[in-house]
Amino acid sequence: MAASADLALTNGRARPAPSRDPAWLGRLAWLAVALVLLWPLAVATEFRPWALFDARSLHVSSQFLRSFWPPAHGPDFLLLVAHEAWRTVAIATAGLTLALLLAVPATLVSTHALSVSALSGRMARGPFWLRQAVRWGLIVLRSVPELVWALVFVRVVGLGPTAGVLAIALTYGGMLGKVYGEILESGDPHATETLLRNGSSRLQAFFFGLLPQNAAELTSYTVYRWECAIRSSVVLGFVGAGGLGQLLDGSMKMFSGGEVLTMLAVFVLLVALADRVSGGLRESLG
Amino acid sequence: MKQSISSRGFAVALLVLVVASFWTLDLQWAQFLSLDALRSMGRFAGEFFPPDSSPAFLARVALGTWETLAMSTLGTLLAAAAGMLLALPASRMFEGDAARLRLPTRWLLNVLRSVPELVWAALLIIAAGLGPFAGTLALAVHTAGVLGRLFAEAIENAPPGPGAALRAQGVGKTRVFLYATLPQVLPQLLSYTLYRWENNIRAAAVLGVVGAGGLGQLLAFHMGLFHMGKTASILGAMLLLVGAVDALSYGARRMLTR
Amino acid sequence: MKLELRALSARHPAARPGAAPALHPLDLDIADGEQVAVIGASGAGKTSLLHVMALAMKPASGALHLDGQQPWALPRHALQRLRGRLFLAPQVPPLPPRQRVVTAVLAGRLPAMGFWASLRSLFRPSDLPAAHAALECFDLADKLFERTDRLSGGERQRVGLARALLAPARLWLVDEPLSALDPTRSRQALETLVQIARQRGITLVATLHQVDMALAHFPRIVGLREGQLVFDLPTAEVTRERLERLYAQHEDELDGGAPRRSLEPAPAAALSVAMQRC
Repeated sequence: MAASADLALTNGRARPAPSRDPAWLGRLAWLAVALVLLWPLAVATEFRPWALFDARSLHVSSQFLRSFWPPAHGPDFLLLVAHEAWRTVAIATAGLTLALLLAVPATLVSTHALSVSALSGRMARGPFWLRQAVRWGLIVLRSVPELVWALVFVRVVGLGPTAGVLAIALTYGGMLGKVYGEILESGDPHATETLLRNGSSRLQAFFFGLLPQNAAELTSYTVYRWECAIRSSVVLGFVGAGGLGQLLDGSMKMFSGGEVLTMLAVFVLLVALADRVSGGLRESLG
Repeated sequence: MKQSISSRGFAVALLVLVVASFWTLDLQWAQFLSLDALRSMGRFAGEFFPPDSSPAFLARVALGTWETLAMSTLGTLLAAAAGMLLALPASRMFEGDAARLRLPTRWLLNVLRSVPELVWAALLIIAAGLGPFAGTLALAVHTAGVLGRLFAEAIENAPPGPGAALRAQGVGKTRVFLYATLPQVLPQLLSYTLYRWENNIRAAAVLGVVGAGGLGQLLAFHMGLFHMGKTASILGAMLLLVGAVDALSYGARRMLTR
Repeated sequence: MKLELRALSARHPAARPGAAPALHPLDLDIADGEQVAVIGASGAGKTSLLHVMALAMKPASGALHLDGQQPWALPRHALQRLRGRLFLAPQVPPLPPRQRVVTAVLAGRLPAMGFWASLRSLFRPSDLPAAHAALECFDLADKLFERTDRLSGGERQRVGLARALLAPARLWLVDEPLSALDPTRSRQALETLVQIARQRGITLVATLHQVDMALAHFPRIVGLREGQLVFDLPTAEVTRERLERLYAQHEDELDGGAPRRSLEPAPAAALSVAMQRC
């Protein structure tokens, strides 16, 4: 290489260049490990992409895809879809409202920021364990997938939107409770501590200290979760909780591609609309 | 004044939405809160205990857990690769980049991520048959939409200096991306991918309800037959799995930001 | 590479319509293999001039010729090839943090590397001896496998300069190469650049804040003030009075400045004495 030759000449000291890249062996090792781990994963998931293209599968898929066009557009059907879309939004809204009723008290009880005993050193044992218990309760609530809650509630209260609303209320209550707690504890504690030290009750400290400070972030997260709830409510419909999801499940089982396409399109539009509304709300609040 | 009208208007609209929601849904409060219902719920809850812990069944649950873990891991990996490929045309890499494919690709990513994993699974079962393959593909397709958009945003927000210097030397877009942009955004991309893996383990656990394999398929099966003891074991396994993956992902993200 | 600027003016890309141009119409001729230092106070347009020459900023008016061609009239492929023959070292070293020095330095050679060779080099650096030699010239050979964000500001700046040594370029455009270096390192770095440019017949244009360094190492000085070309002279003719007029109202930037007596043509002698370093 002409370039390195002239550089080597002008170098006063001829320190030998290293011949190996010290990171090379490490990279090879990581690559080998990755390949070794990938194989059992492919086996466990019965990963056979070529199966998508065998004769039977292609026949079924192409038939289904062909039935997508034209999308179902009869006025009765469109009215039904609109009705179910509204019910999906309603399930999400009702579920989130109940979730708030669950999360707000849980947050108030479990947040460290409102601890009176912690003002002067460590938190007392009783209140500490109470807070831990509430936190663990919230963790359990949000760790169980909402579909499982819905399955259970469908057994108890029957098919229909009640099961969906309850499932969303419990799961999202856990989620909101955890994140509200984190938001409240991440802010500057000075104002709230001052209020507590000067004798105000915990509720007063919350309304005049914590809440104004964090209102924007709390609302922003709640609006974002509302949007997620709409998606969840469609999923819950697949186990009988009503709304667009239940309709979609029915049409898919009957291979009515046209109806499926219309509903998917409506759903994508609904999500986009909710996204826009939520984005707009968060901007005007922030 | 305008500010308070709009925030009052917003509060009113919100109230209307909430009231309308409860009104139009015929929620069976009576059925849920009546003494009868509470008693039957208590009985129902009681059937969960004791959870079935026979070795043969636990082995089945372990297999289902492994299948769910594999679905979520492979699905997330595939999604990261697909998301990376889609993020390139979906991002404007520098001022003055024509990025002609940006809008169509972003639209595609939106469609992929708007449709929930369960719906994708139900659709893909038609092509791929029942079982975990459809579930893995469903996770991959949905998460590709999510990661593709997150990756594209990270690329667009990367500091422009190193890329500009290479472009000044006439280096093509792909190599500029690999040598200048990717090294800067890689930690963020890995963090997003780990976060989605956490999310996907929950999704993978329930995809089986429509027949896409894993613990979900086992759960739906036994719930349908009212084997509540077995259902309890499966639920326990789900919780353990989710907790373990959460912890692993948290640890990995801590390691990345060291 | 030969440069010709005729009545060339430039505007900042984000400037408001009524704002002053970054560069007023100026004429400049730089022969193949020449070494020119551009000096002036902050905001004089030094970086803009460099960016116009580097084809990173389109001129607002006038003509620019590189090796007899008009670069902005070329088709895209020819323009990219032409870009591969020049090298711009920005003031802030364009090093991705977390990338290792060896990869960052070898990236300077990308215009001469094929696509797949470039890809392979990401996983396994393709020319360790060349990278080592380039860093050795700036006394950084022991940092070959370090991450760039673990280096000090001065070390990063020297890595940015070392990239130039590997680039397949006939024109080096260097923006403020000494801003993070102490006087000893500044002298060494500048000597290295000038010496290697001279050896290979590369045209070198450097903007410098350190007027004493410019006068000591470059045979030709261009002075800019508020976007205008004020003087374009051999170093011997750059008097203290000219410098003071150039830096009027910015006297604090004329640090050290030229010696009180008129300058002898010092550059050649100083270089031969300093040969023991790279």
